Amino acid sequence: MGNENVVLKMRGICKYFPGVKALQNVDFTLRKGEIHALMGENGAGKSTLIKVLTGVYPKDDGQIFIDDKAVVIRSPQEAQNSGISTVYQEITLCPNLTVAENMYIGREKGIGVSWGKMNASAKKLLDSLEIPAVPTQQLGSCSIAVQQMVAIARAVDMECKVLILDEPTSSLDEQEVQKLFKLMRELREKGVGIIFVTHFLEQVYEVCDTITVLRDGQLVGEYPIAELPRVQLVSKMLGKELDDLSDIKRHDEEAASHGDKVAVLEVKQLKSTTGVAPFDFEIFEGEVNGFTGLLGSGRSECVRAIFGADKTSGGEVYIGGKKFKINKPLDAMKHGVGYLAEDRKRDGIIGDLSVRDNIILALQVMNGFFRPFSRAKAEAFADEYIKLLQIKTASTNTPIKALSGGNQQKVILARWLLTNPLYLILDEPTRGIDVGTKVEIQKLVLRLAEEGKSVTFISSEIDEMLRTCSRLIVMRDRKVVGELTGDELTQNHIMATIAGGDK
Amino acid sequence: MAKNLKNGKSIGSMLIGLFRQQIFIPIAALMILVIFNLIADPSFFKITMGQNNAGDPILSGYLVTILNNASELAILAIGMTLVTAASGGQDISVGATIAIAGSVILRILCGAAGPRPETMQAPIFVAFLVACVVTMLFGAFNGALVAYFKIQPMVATLIMFTAGRSIAAWINNNQLPVIKDVSFGYFGNYIPGIPVPTPVFIAILCMIIIALVLKFTNLGLYVQAVGINSHSSRLNGLNPELIKFVTYVIMGLCVAVAGLIKVSRISTINYSVIAKDIEMDAILAVALGGNALGGGKFSMTASILGAYVIQFLTTTLYKFEVPSDALPAYKAIVVIILVVMSAPIVREKMGKLWKKIAPKKAVKEA
Repeated sequence: MGNENVVLKMRGICKYFPGVKALQNVDFTLRKGEIHALMGENGAGKSTLIKVLTGVYPKDDGQIFIDDKAVVIRSPQEAQNSGISTVYQEITLCPNLTVAENMYIGREKGIGVSWGKMNASAKKLLDSLEIPAVPTQQLGSCSIAVQQMVAIARAVDMECKVLILDEPTSSLDEQEVQKLFKLMRELREKGVGIIFVTHFLEQVYEVCDTITVLRDGQLVGEYPIAELPRVQLVSKMLGKELDDLSDIKRHDEEAASHGDKVAVLEVKQLKSTTGVAPFDFEIFEGEVNGFTGLLGSGRSECVRAIFGADKTSGGEVYIGGKKFKINKPLDAMKHGVGYLAEDRKRDGIIGDLSVRDNIILALQVMNGFFRPFSRAKAEAFADEYIKLLQIKTASTNTPIKALSGGNQQKVILARWLLTNPLYLILDEPTRGIDVGTKVEIQKLVLRLAEEGKSVTFISSEIDEMLRTCSRLIVMRDRKVVGELTGDELTQNHIMATIAGGDK
Repeated sequence: MAKNLKNGKSIGSMLIGLFRQQIFIPIAALMILVIFNLIADPSFFKITMGQNNAGDPILSGYLVTILNNASELAILAIGMTLVTAASGGQDISVGATIAIAGSVILRILCGAAGPRPETMQAPIFVAFLVACVVTMLFGAFNGALVAYFKIQPMVATLIMFTAGRSIAAWINNNQLPVIKDVSFGYFGNYIPGIPVPTPVFIAILCMIIIALVLKFTNLGLYVQAVGINSHSSRLNGLNPELIKFVTYVIMGLCVAVAGLIKVSRISTINYSVIAKDIEMDAILAVALGGNALGGGKFSMTASILGAYVIQFLTTTLYKFEVPSDALPAYKAIVVIILVVMSAPIVREKMGKLWKKIAPKKAVKEA
């Protein structure tokens, strides 16, 4: 590969945290006009590498070259000055400012601002990148995808040579992803080197030219996309020959025939204040079913209504055939329902609390205010589930926010498993986590079902749903539009039902 | 040598660990004050047995003064810590509600006999209980504004901060009741025959109670969970509003106890001066304990220790005859130093600095 094209070279990068070698001797090379995927499991060191590159963490060893000149990056500001821009998974712009203000904030020369000029040049840039936003519009009123594009536009305008996209697609739907990819390709034409961090394999193969794989803080290798088939990539990320993802199979012999068994949970015409149309739903012992539909179709709102997370405004809930009123989450919990929420940061983790406290929280609340677990008991619970789910944490005392995303998710999963629920709702449990953990979670779901528990599984990835669920409830525009079982469970059929129209 | 190096390292990392510990700040501050006083005038630490006017034996000395005078602050720090952790804000009305608590106690004790009764018209116990109920109601008022109406704690408690002292004066028709019965003074001074001031015992009792509550209930876990992330707390079955509300009611209880001590000390009340600015010292105690004023994780021990550090500082300044007008300025300087020292960014640097020094030391020893 031609050296003259190289825009960024990282050599022998090392980074240590107390007790962890986060990066050991990692090399990374980015060329002009290249989209380069950085892949690895959670905790493989992707984020750490990005943070070293952007000056968030100081590196312990190694060198960084930009255009063959050695550079020292001590802060995000310095990274920006060297031509490295980053767009993070969470939008880091100000939603209450306008689009143009967001693009130019912190970059004004002098103290005066010419609003007219600013808006004009913002418009020019937005047009040239075909971003559907008006400069004077409040950023918060744009969709997440457009906000992300504005962030990219801001980066592009700062004449970046290296653009880092850290999981930009995880909160976008398919159309929005396509728009983003179009933008990425345009930037590639302009000679920008793009580092793309994502968990979505399809997206990597759709848009990237090169893949660098990290594992356990070490470089596995750099491969042109054409020379690395998917299965190979996955096995390189996991570090073992994969005994094939497809070995988890549904046991759906009994799928459709529940006969006159009593449903573990049944709701009739349940309605919540979030605007989903009243819906019916039932789940039987040992069944895994799922809600599917596009983002915003009302999947989460349905399960939140069942769990009592949102206020319900009508309908009936039967648990084991008996009618109950579910007014708040604790009511549902007491009847053996657990709910792993979609937004892990907002609704899942208690960031500053230890892994131990995060694991025992739900059970502790059910146990009652005056009956706290002894320290020894709490430790035992935490140890048990850390082992069971192979949670990577320095100790039970580590604050959960210090863990990687996948491990945080496992902790939340442990929290609900500890309550020994009859019925567990998992809302996007695999979002933003690596392939290995995804498969583990899918396997766990099926194992729970074998043990006679019922699970509702929600995911944006249809093949994941196909692998785990024996019945799918399809939603569109906040309404249940179909229920698919047995032979109907194919990718095409689901797509058709989601899209609407005739069967 | 290898062994020595290892030892040096482990001591070093232990110290780094201590730097990172929350309780390190108040301990370090206390140590600095102690060392300063040791150098300036070791007699600061002398405790003598003397007699008071009534001829009873009492212990006297600066240390006793500190322990005595810090009692109200330590009790308030308990409530303030919980309020801060759960609601991410502070109750600035505690000084004013102490005035109310004191006023209520005096009003009940005076009964119908006018402001200067020869004998108390009701048992102290009853007066105290009524004061508890009243301050807990005011706490509930604050708590309701914060938890259910989602008003910023400082704004919500500003109402009682403003109105409290007038209400206190109104309760006694703006008169200044005086209780002549000596037994009323026992709570703020000495019980005959016991040489240690009673407020010290009351403070210790409060600490024991809160320690037991934290050990045998989930108050600590719930308060922290709600303070860190009320959304996910709710999805785990907690009622964040109720928990925030309860912390303000507990604060009310602490206020009543502090109020009893305050009025008992002088057997009367001065509505505009009683417990003046004590809310700021209580907030300072929480901050000095290394607790985030934005809520979340807390250390009760560190807060209480913080309260004693503040009193230690005040008493030290008095001892060196800083005029009482100039006192706040001196206090402010010390507070700046303490707060900067306790800032995470500075602690990080200190930890790093130690890391650099520690191995060198070990090599030298070898």
